[in-house]
Formats: sequence, C-alpha cells, structure tokens
Amino acid sequence: MLGRIFALVVKEFLTLLKDKRSRLVLIVPPLIQLMVFGYAATFDLKNVPFAVYNEDRGFASRELLAAFDGSPSFTRVAQVTHESEIAPLIDAKQVLMVVHVGPNFSADLLSGRPVALQVIVDGRNSNTAMLAINDVSVMVDRFNREWAASHDGNLPPSHVETRAWFNPNLESRWFFLPGIVGILTLLVTMLVTALSVAREREQGTFDQLLVTPLRPVEILIGKTLPGFLIGLAEASVITLAAVFWFKVPLLGSLLTLYTGIVLFLLSGVGVGLMISSFAVTQQQGLLGAFIFMVPSIILSGFATPIRNMPVLVQDITLLNPMRYFLLVLRGVFLEGLPFHLLIQHFWPMALIGAVALSVAGWLFRHRMY
Amino acid sequence: MSTDTRRGGSRMRLRGLVRKEFLQIVRDPSSIAIAFLMPIFLLLLFGYGVSLDSEHIPMALVVEQPNADTASFTAAFKQSRYFNPVAYADTREAEQALMAGRVNAIVVLRQDFSRQLRQADGAPIQLIVNGVDANTARIISGYVEGAWEKWLEHAALQRGQKLDVPVQMEQRVWFNSELRSRNFLVPGLVAIIMTLIGALLTAMVMSREWERGTMEALLVTPLSMSEVILGKLIPYFILGMGGLVLAVSMALFLFEVPLRGSLWVLFATSALFLATALGMGLLISTVARSQFVAGLVALIATFLPAFLLSGFIFDIGSMPGVVQAITHLIAARYYVAILQTVFLAGNVWSVILPNVLGLAVLASVFLGLTWRNARKRLE
Repeated sequence: MLGRIFALVVKEFLTLLKDKRSRLVLIVPPLIQLMVFGYAATFDLKNVPFAVYNEDRGFASRELLAAFDGSPSFTRVAQVTHESEIAPLIDAKQVLMVVHVGPNFSADLLSGRPVALQVIVDGRNSNTAMLAINDVSVMVDRFNREWAASHDGNLPPSHVETRAWFNPNLESRWFFLPGIVGILTLLVTMLVTALSVAREREQGTFDQLLVTPLRPVEILIGKTLPGFLIGLAEASVITLAAVFWFKVPLLGSLLTLYTGIVLFLLSGVGVGLMISSFAVTQQQGLLGAFIFMVPSIILSGFATPIRNMPVLVQDITLLNPMRYFLLVLRGVFLEGLPFHLLIQHFWPMALIGAVALSVAGWLFRHRMY
Repeated sequence: MSTDTRRGGSRMRLRGLVRKEFLQIVRDPSSIAIAFLMPIFLLLLFGYGVSLDSEHIPMALVVEQPNADTASFTAAFKQSRYFNPVAYADTREAEQALMAGRVNAIVVLRQDFSRQLRQADGAPIQLIVNGVDANTARIISGYVEGAWEKWLEHAALQRGQKLDVPVQMEQRVWFNSELRSRNFLVPGLVAIIMTLIGALLTAMVMSREWERGTMEALLVTPLSMSEVILGKLIPYFILGMGGLVLAVSMALFLFEVPLRGSLWVLFATSALFLATALGMGLLISTVARSQFVAGLVALIATFLPAFLLSGFIFDIGSMPGVVQAITHLIAARYYVAILQTVFLAGNVWSVILPNVLGLAVLASVFLGLTWRNARKRLE
C-alpha cells in the first residue's frame, strides 16, 4: 500500500514541477508577494502630507505647529495663504489634512481665552482620516498640558494613561504579517490541489487511476500529500521571513505554531480537493477555488475585525478555516499563547479538514462522467 | 470600392465572431453566473462583512472603590455606543479576560481615584488595550479619550465652571463627515469585483481556446488578429458592464453610498477599467500556455494585488517608496482612486484625469502585448 501511494505522490509531484512555468508560478510569486504585501499592509500613518494655513503671527502657533513637523506621521508639503486654496489641495489629494490657525491664536491664548485649532481632513479614506485626527488630538493634548504647566493654568483633574499589551508601539505590521503567512499558505495549497483532480477528469486520466489497484483512500492520500508538503514548505519559508526579515516577535512555541499550520493545511487541502472533485473541467475547479478563496480572506479578520460584522456574517465566518488559523497565528506570534488555550481554534480546523477530505474521497467514486 | 467591400466584410466577420462568442456564453451559463451572480454575492457578503467601524467593543471596567466620582465616570462609558463595559472586581481577573480575548481593553480606576482627583497631579485613569490589532487598539484609545473629555466637561459644568482647555481641536471631515467606513470600502469593493470579473473570465475562457487548439482554427479564417481580439473582447465587455450596473446600483441603493460625481463619469471610467482588466486577462491567457498556468497567474495577479495594493483598504501614501512604485502597475489602483473620488467627492478632474491616463497606458500595454504574443505563438 505504501509503495502504491508513494508512486502516486511521485507522479503528482512530477505533473506539478515538470513544467518550468508551473514550477515558476508555484515558487516565485508567493515570495515576491510576501515582500511586497509585507510592506504594503500597514495602517500606520507615515509622512501623510498636510498643509498649514496660519493666520497668526505669534510664537504660540509656531510652537504648536512645530509638534506637527516633528511627528513622523505627517509631512508638511504646502503653505496656504487664503481660504480658497484649501479645497483644491484636498480635492486633488495633494494633502490629506489642512491645519488652520486663526488670526488671534497667540494673543487669545495668552490672555486665557479659549482658542480653536481647526483641522480639515479628507474623509475619502475614513480609516486614515480617523487615525490622523487621533494623532492630532494627542499632539494638542500634549501642547495643552505643557502650556498649562508653564503658564500656571489649571491642569485637568485627571489624565488617561494608556498601555498596549503584546504590541507596545502599536505597529500594525505585527498584526498583518502573521495574516499574510495565512493568506499565502492558503493560496499555494489551493493552487496545487484545486486542479489536481479536475485536470485528470478533463483529460480522462482519472478513470484510468480509478481502475488501477489503488483504493480511493490511497488516491486521496496520494492527492493530499503533495499539496500538504508544498504548503508546509511554503509556510515555513514565510514564517522564517516574518521572524528574521520583518522582525515580528515569535513568542509562542514552534510546536503550537506547527500544530496550527498542519491542521490549517489539512483543511485547505481538503477543501481544495473537494472543489476539485466536484469540478468536471479545470475551469470549474479554478472558479471554485476562487469563490472559496476570496470570501475566506475577506471574512477571516485579516484586515477588518470579525467583531465589526453583522451577527449573520459572523456566524458564516465560523465555517472559514482561515478565521481560526489567523487567531492561532496571532496568538502564537504576538501573545505567546500556550497550546491549551488554542485548542478551541484547533478542533474546528481539524473538523473542516476531515469533513472536506471525506466528501472528496466519496466524490472520487460517485461523480463520474 | 474594393476597400469598401473589405471594410464591410470586416464588419461582417466581426459580427459573426461576436455572435459566436455570445452563443458560447449563453450556452455555458457559468460565464453569466460570473458576471451577474458573483457581483451580487460578493457585494452582499463584503458590503456587510467588511467594516472598520468598531462599536460595542467589549471592555472591562475595574473600579477599586466605587463612589460618586467613579460612578459619573463609568456612566460616560455605559452611555457610549462604542463600548460594552463589563464590571470586574479586580485587575487580575480583568487581565485574564483580556488574555482570553473576552475583552479588548481594560479601564482601571484605582482605590485613591477620588482623593487624587482633588490633588494637583490629577488622578490617573489606566487604560490597557490589547495591541495585537494595532488599528483597533488606536481607535479604542481615541474613543476612551473622547469619553474621558466628555466626562471632564460634564463634571466642570456641574460645578458651574467651564472646562479650562487652552486649545480646543475642532475637526471637520470632508466628503464623509461621519467617518462611515462603508462609504470608503464599498467603492473599493466595486473595483475588486470588476477586476475579478474582467481578468478571471477572459483569462480562463481564452486559455481554454488556446489549449484546445480552437484559437488556431480561428486564426486560419480570414479574420485578422485584431479582429479576433476585438471579437473576444466585445461580448465579455458587455457582460462586464452589466455586472457593473448591478454593483453600482447595489452600492447606491442598498449600502446608501452617496454618489456626488456624475453617473456618466462613473460609467466612462469603468468602461476604461474594464477594458484594462479584460486586456490583462487576454494577456495572461496568451502568455500562459495552459489553463493550469493561466488560472494560477490570474489567481495570483488579480485578486490579492487589487485587495492589498490598490488603496482599497491600505493607504498607498503610507507604504515605502519601492512598494508605492510597484502599485503603479496595478490597474485597480487607478480605478479605486477614481471611484472613491467620484462617489464621495464629485467630479474632481485633478484626480480623475491622471488616473484615467494611467489606466489608458496600462490598457494599451496589455492589449499591445497580447497582439504581439498571439502572433508569435503561431510561428
């Protein structure tokens, strides 16, 4: 039995890797994508262009604006001298934000009258806008505290002290990189498995496979192993890059991490094979892979939190193996969660994998043309 | 005269080919499903599923010694729609809840909160956030500060004073004053869906023709190369525009995204984008020799770049320079910028024109390369 499975696995690897193009497609793009996406996926503001409209000639406004210039989030790219210049700058996306200081800013501030700092933000990207507003309000708070301290004003009777656990500098890259490990692993396993049966069906060689001494279980194992092994290798390479190139901390144990990877691969390969055995043509196989992959990435909590979704959609995500894998990845990487706390995410992946693989094996024999 | 008949013949040949393609589409309902069912399915799922608006965030409140001061503070949280506060008896318990993911943040008021409130240094309000999701953590800390400021103002008013803050920030958000993330995400989703329809559909259909040899058969007919390409493009273009009409109506009527620009700009730029996406699909199918490779390339080159590198969700301006340069090769980047502007801001030509130019360049590169590649393959 082992010999037969081994022969089938060798044959599967040959069909995958014999052709130079498919070899290239399997190896090169994931690595390039890791590099590009690793740097692209961030919600941290960096050098956001802004303009200043300062009608005040005093030193106080200069002091406040110096804080903006010192911030890595913002870069001053334009100076506005008249109100009519604001709209074109923002409309054309030349600046994200215009900071407007009124004419009597310093004088009013010195005489203790309340003054306003007007901030006009482009809301087309609501997330960037919100982060920019947050950053500005932090700078204004700091300015207020310093001003009150040096001009014996009244400090507010309390203050908020914030600490962030697991990611003290709130680097969003730490959040996204484990997610990219998941996405690329899924991509590769789907690529390898989704067409493996459909191609043989289309070419008629699957019937030949069925009349060989191989039993369906053996065919199933033979078809599962290549996708599984390639996925495992790919996941390992990407994890190494995340840790050593992007310097994402890996706090948990490798055993826990690999338990997650193995179970996720099992569910990914299972769904891929299931789609593949449903499909009559390669085209249907690909479509199926696509229709599975797109929602499983968007509804995984990769970029937008699952908690923000309506309850019905949240329930749908329970069927998505990627959802559990991301929780495992982030838990192991950033929080260093121990094995037993992650069992609640391990078993659903194992279940999805087992069900999908059984359906695939059953379809081998029962879907004939 | 002779040129006239040739031109007339060309039109007839083209019409014949387009007719054949249409028949093929109608007889294989999977393409119609891609063009019409996929936009509905994807927009419903993502329009409701993708949101950056955090509300009802589970948070632990630890009040070590409850009294009137702390009660007024916690009331501010209980009223806020952003938080679902849960009271915990001590910090250790709350920290365990944070570890287990039951709450996203902890607010702690120490035992001597009331006493410190009346001292010069002021009372610290401790906020611990789970920083794994850095974006949500930042939003939470912004919300907490907001609730805290409201509480200060309220407390000052009750004492009959006005809150003494030197500089008050006054924010004005243009185009999306409530910062509704759906308004910014749904236009981007339209771009992703159009990328999928355009590139995926053509890449797969065309590579099947190459693989089966029916493409060669077409090329030995009197049809010229450009006629074949055009004949393939037109039916899928019409199909794709149908999908677009569906997607735009859903964005407007179901998700209530405002359309501040004009419809004709929206459709004209979308037609250009669709041509680019179809061109990309054609190019993939001619470069790849098999359905297998074409499918893989389409899978890798369409969805993920459109999702991550187009500005759909991650701001291009915050990416490193090299990555920003790479995004110029992604057609969806231009289309997302146009869509977000036309939907939310209006017909801003200073945004639309450069992006239209970018799309036009990409479309001609894709179609030109297809034309050249298709010819070479015959030799």
